[in-house]
Amino acid sequence: MSIIRVENLIKRFGNITAVNDISFEIEEGTIFGFLGPNGAGKTTTINILCTLLAPTSGKASINGHDCMKESSKVRKAIGIVFQDTTLDKDLTAAENLIFHAYLYNIAKDKMQERVDDVLRFVDLYDRKDDLVKKFSGGMKRRLEVARGLIHRPRVLFLDEPTLGLDPQSRTNLWEFIAELPEKHNVTIFMTTHYMEEAEVCDRIAIIDNGKIIAMGTPDELKKAVGGDVVYIKTTDNASAKKEIERLFRLDVSEKEGELYLTCVMGDTCIPEMIRTIGERVLSVRLQRPTLNDVFLKLTGKAIREEETSGMDTIKEEVRAYRRRH
Amino acid sequence: MEFNAIYVIVAREFKKFIRERSRLFSAIARPLLWLFIVGAGLSRLISPDTGVPYIQFIFPGILGMTILFSSIFSSISIIWDKEFGFLKEILVAPVSRLSIVIGKALSGTVVSTIQAAIILVLFPFIGFKLSLLQFIGVILICASISFSISAFGIVLATFYESYESFSVIMNFIVMPMFFLSGAMYPVKLLPEILRICAKINPLTYGIDAIKHVIFPREAGPMSPDFSPVTDIAVILITSIVFVFIAKKAFERKG
Repeated sequence: MSIIRVENLIKRFGNITAVNDISFEIEEGTIFGFLGPNGAGKTTTINILCTLLAPTSGKASINGHDCMKESSKVRKAIGIVFQDTTLDKDLTAAENLIFHAYLYNIAKDKMQERVDDVLRFVDLYDRKDDLVKKFSGGMKRRLEVARGLIHRPRVLFLDEPTLGLDPQSRTNLWEFIAELPEKHNVTIFMTTHYMEEAEVCDRIAIIDNGKIIAMGTPDELKKAVGGDVVYIKTTDNASAKKEIERLFRLDVSEKEGELYLTCVMGDTCIPEMIRTIGERVLSVRLQRPTLNDVFLKLTGKAIREEETSGMDTIKEEVRAYRRRH
Repeated sequence: MEFNAIYVIVAREFKKFIRERSRLFSAIARPLLWLFIVGAGLSRLISPDTGVPYIQFIFPGILGMTILFSSIFSSISIIWDKEFGFLKEILVAPVSRLSIVIGKALSGTVVSTIQAAIILVLFPFIGFKLSLLQFIGVILICASISFSISAFGIVLATFYESYESFSVIMNFIVMPMFFLSGAMYPVKLLPEILRICAKINPLTYGIDAIKHVIFPREAGPMSPDFSPVTDIAVILITSIVFVFIAKKAFERKG
């Protein structure tokens, strides 16, 4: 069953189109990733789904409730971890969670239990009475995820959850996010501009300039790039090249003493190849395409953080526009 | 209206108020400075036969000042919440905008009334005794004027985007509101133009109501400027109007 449905969603700020006619559906209990550079329209889409922003046109619904008309029902059904932290740093971890529990009208007799549960889940139970301002970036992010889960939402939004974290906390957080759908029975909608992080998603939509340019499982997207690259070194490259070309009817190229070819299923090509050229093989390696290759192929540019400078200007314009209206 | 949400918004403000010792300390030190430095200095200039001694006359004004500063400060903290992101946590919750505004206005009311009560208890030694009934009356007036000013502060906070605007609010709104409120001098003695300013200032009526309770039999130049009914009506009406405007402003923000 689809828990999130988006149809022909458009959002314009003045003459900037932040979200340009996007449509998608998300299955319940899956992790859906929105992948794209900064300023691609990811956060704007999340803000519309979270009822914080009205779209210019189009439809969006969560759990069967319209995001514009039934905003209160939608809000009850979702948890959100925003890009920038939204904790009160002058309160303790537990106080932040209790605040949230009251806002979401959780019965008083269940409150303490739920708060303790989520704190244990994110491994912060021992720190529950510490002020949030003493927490590291990773701890704050975990606390925010915990807070987002207290009211048992159907969908949890994570907007760039690992932004600004060190590599180790990042890995930890991803392992933790991957467990969420099963352990907490939620659907995850996340955005990221780190390609390697999108690998944990069940499905990915690649978004650029407000448009979805590709959608599918990580494997499907990678296959669309043209498959795996197999590198092989032999004692006699010239003869091996001829034999492999005859075997697969594919072009084999040579670079720095190494033969290489692109094929759809690299892992099944290799055994056949070795059988054919036998003892001449010195080494074989397989390179799978990354999502970065996918993005590169689709847009002709790599996702890089340096691109932010240009996007920041657009963000500024959007902010200025919203201030005027 | 979501009472749990209103409760927790007030509880958060109360907790932070208790924790910030400096805020509590300056809240008590400021009126002390005004009373004993400005009040004591100016009372030398004013002849004693005008009625209430000047140091007593400004006491309702000092209470009004305490409420004004702490209510505005409490509401302006919305700008901080906006800047540090916490406001989003409240805005995406299934809570009506009216509850948020009322919760915030009551937050200012609670902390301001506590401060007013402390001052009321701490300063019996400037020369007058209050009966229990008078004490309760003053506290009730303080609570309602706090609510009105806090709601006004929320309106201000929704119009300003960042905390750089804080000094603008202090210098061009809060200070004039204080000086043109009948706190330091009777409104009836002001020049025409300033008297009009004082009359559109809700704080004027709050302070005037406190004067009614503290100096019930005072006639002459130091007496209250308006009738008690006018005072109470203005406080109540402005409260409702400011809450309504603040709610509208919040809805516009999404």
